[in-house]
Amino acid sequence: MTSYIFERVLQSLLVLVVITLVGFVLFRFVGDPVLNMVGQDTKVEDIDKLREDLGLNRPVVVQFADYLGRVLQGQFGLSYRHGRPVQDLFIERFPATLELALMSTLFSLAVAIPCGVFTGIFPNHWVSQFILGVSLAGVSLPTFLIGILLILVFSVYLPWLPSFGRGAVVNLGLWTTGLMTVDGWKHIILPSITLGLFQLTLILRLVRSEMLEVLRTDYIKFARARGLRQTAVYFGHALRNTLIPVVTITGLQLGSILAFAIITETVFQWPGMGLLFLQAINFADLPIMSGYLIVVGVIFVAINLTVDLLYLAIDPRLRETAARIH
Amino acid sequence: MKRLFILLAAAMWIGAGSAGAVTFKWAADGDAVSMDPYYFNESFTTGFLANVYEGLVMRGKDLSIGPGLAESWRNLDPNTWEFKLRRGVKFHDGSDFTAEDVVFSWHRVTSPDSNFRVYFLSVDKVEAKDAHTVIIHTKSPNPILLSDISYWWILNKAWCEKNKAVEVANISKGQENYATRNANGTGAFILTSRQAAVKTTLKRNPDWWGWKAKVGDSNIDDVVFTPITQDATRVAALLSGDIDMVYTLPVQDLDRVKQAGFKVYQEAELRTIFLGMDQARPELLESNIKGKNPFKDIRVRKALYQAIDENAIVSRVMRGAATPARGMVVDFVNGYDSNFQRYPYDPDAAKKLLAEAGYPDGFTVGFDCPNDRYVNDAQVCQAVTAMWARIGITAKLNAQTKSLYFTKALKRDTSIFLLGWSPATVDGLNVLDNLIYTPDEKSGKGQFNLGAYSNHKIDALTEQARNEFDPKKRTKLLQEALDMSVADVGHIPLHYQQVLWASKAGINLVQRADNNFGWIWVTVK
Repeated sequence: MTSYIFERVLQSLLVLVVITLVGFVLFRFVGDPVLNMVGQDTKVEDIDKLREDLGLNRPVVVQFADYLGRVLQGQFGLSYRHGRPVQDLFIERFPATLELALMSTLFSLAVAIPCGVFTGIFPNHWVSQFILGVSLAGVSLPTFLIGILLILVFSVYLPWLPSFGRGAVVNLGLWTTGLMTVDGWKHIILPSITLGLFQLTLILRLVRSEMLEVLRTDYIKFARARGLRQTAVYFGHALRNTLIPVVTITGLQLGSILAFAIITETVFQWPGMGLLFLQAINFADLPIMSGYLIVVGVIFVAINLTVDLLYLAIDPRLRETAARIH
Repeated sequence: MKRLFILLAAAMWIGAGSAGAVTFKWAADGDAVSMDPYYFNESFTTGFLANVYEGLVMRGKDLSIGPGLAESWRNLDPNTWEFKLRRGVKFHDGSDFTAEDVVFSWHRVTSPDSNFRVYFLSVDKVEAKDAHTVIIHTKSPNPILLSDISYWWILNKAWCEKNKAVEVANISKGQENYATRNANGTGAFILTSRQAAVKTTLKRNPDWWGWKAKVGDSNIDDVVFTPITQDATRVAALLSGDIDMVYTLPVQDLDRVKQAGFKVYQEAELRTIFLGMDQARPELLESNIKGKNPFKDIRVRKALYQAIDENAIVSRVMRGAATPARGMVVDFVNGYDSNFQRYPYDPDAAKKLLAEAGYPDGFTVGFDCPNDRYVNDAQVCQAVTAMWARIGITAKLNAQTKSLYFTKALKRDTSIFLLGWSPATVDGLNVLDNLIYTPDEKSGKGQFNLGAYSNHKIDALTEQARNEFDPKKRTKLLQEALDMSVADVGHIPLHYQQVLWASKAGINLVQRADNNFGWIWVTVK
């Protein structure tokens, strides 16, 4: 048991090192960052000096070993573009991304569960057909297009909501929040919808199919036979039993929403980690790019590890297998 | 609970902003890289900081040089310049501006990590004669010293020393430099908050000397600047009224934004877009012609030139937001020659020239181009490729992102390339030195002459101009050298690019040709 957990943690660490290495090597091909850091009139010897200072003319292996050593001490280096420690930039940008991810998850749950229940109970109703049709469009349109369309409709034609940014934020020491001002709430609506739409469709379809499944089971029939009210049958018994997979999927999706909010953040100029990353690519800002990859890697590895360990706690059969192997 | 409520109420009040003050909100496609004026030599950053910092001299709306922190100047002899400093000027932190600050700024701007050293190559020494007089000694007579120092912003010595910002930021030192996010200038606006790539706010400096002297007539109290990198979002933000002005409007949105009742500004900027050809290698890197380099023959270069229908590029690809280039510099750059004409567009003559040179069937050649650096750069290259196809030249276009493009082109690993250049000194010598002079690694001349075009007559004229102190004679020499390089098709000039800005109808502003956006000329109705 303990050795099983130990092994899983070790594997996760290995995955992280590989991610770091691949990212580090891959990012050498985005171009020479030094050329983005000097003006056009800069003399060759000054350019060479900068390259020397940054250690970019050393072999990649040496650079990687050096980088890994510093990362292990919690130093991600200084951003080439911003001249500030990368970890500071991440800490500054993370609240925006997390708030957006949470709001979009809330939005998608709030819409998906009622719609999923409805389409599960009345599969042939025209409203159900309509909901499913729209959700199909939602999942097939690319995120940036949805974002631009929302801006066009709700900012330009109907001037109801702001088109970009996070609005007025309140500083609470280490954390900045936009959820304490009306302006901040206005700003988060469109990006949350854009980011949450894919997840919405996913959960809606999941709830629907689970509902269809559960409604056929014996205990629902018995519940009906006992003469319970419809609402009690649907929401008290049926829905509750569909929620277990929904919770699992939502949790797993939160990771990918955090990591892949890049496009939504770019379209709405949302000052989160994704926007930082995309701008870093444009500028060949290697410290930010490598650091971002590590952070995303850690998020995913941590989620997977947690899920693995949770399964172990929930399912006694897995526990036995794990014990037998070791 | 009650505390939370108070906090919420306070936050909403902050959100509402104070009434009465004029706030000017604008967005650009990128951010100023640093608040340190010597860190990165780029027109947007320098122009942004021109609102916070000032130089000894100051460029006006038409780029003419006038007094700034120096009220007057004179030559004691060709190598000695005396500047009389403005009295009573204070930095934003309240300290007095003196000659010591100028001397300190000179030491800092010429330090190894400064990106502006190149403009001080002619300067031997800067010294303070008294608290309000500065002497600049040059190594040899420099007729354009004022141009060279026209983007040199003056820092406060005491402030830099107190905050450990005496040296310019160097990433490899691993520590953030104080001047990266803080500023203490003498200019018309005071930096109040800075979050790089997210938001920068500034407020009016009521004590700025220029308000009284009527140098600026702005009525804005606060400036909120947000970079919005996505073109569509930036335009939407303007159309929806969230912001007052956008810096760079994509040309494809020109008509739409105009029709919606917004003001569009389209002055020619300093930048010339041109093509260069590898004229140094005995054999081109990317071509089917082996054993010789066709671009060594002026007839081939001229054929490529005359095959390009620049009017079509300007009207179709650039949608009118450019003018066909006569030479390598735009009309307000010293050295421009209004009598000089483009070679006419003539595909038949081009074909004949190719045949004479021994390539009746044309040839294949590589063509490098950035796709995110200049206005519609990749589309321009595509149009040129199609035009060359008509005379039998098959250009294999490789359009890629600027980091990759410049990495390749600056290694001179290219046969034909597209480049844009704006002479920061507004003087033709900058173009001759960087783009046309025979490349010489030791002196750094011809550093961006990526095709290694070489004409020793032009080099001699350039040296003559460098040492000519008489402005008229000097301009003549610059014209002669620049004209000769274009007649010789050292490069193929394409067009003078315009950069589009747009604002709400009630806003007045000045679009300067060097892309500097001076808020001192912004009025909001």
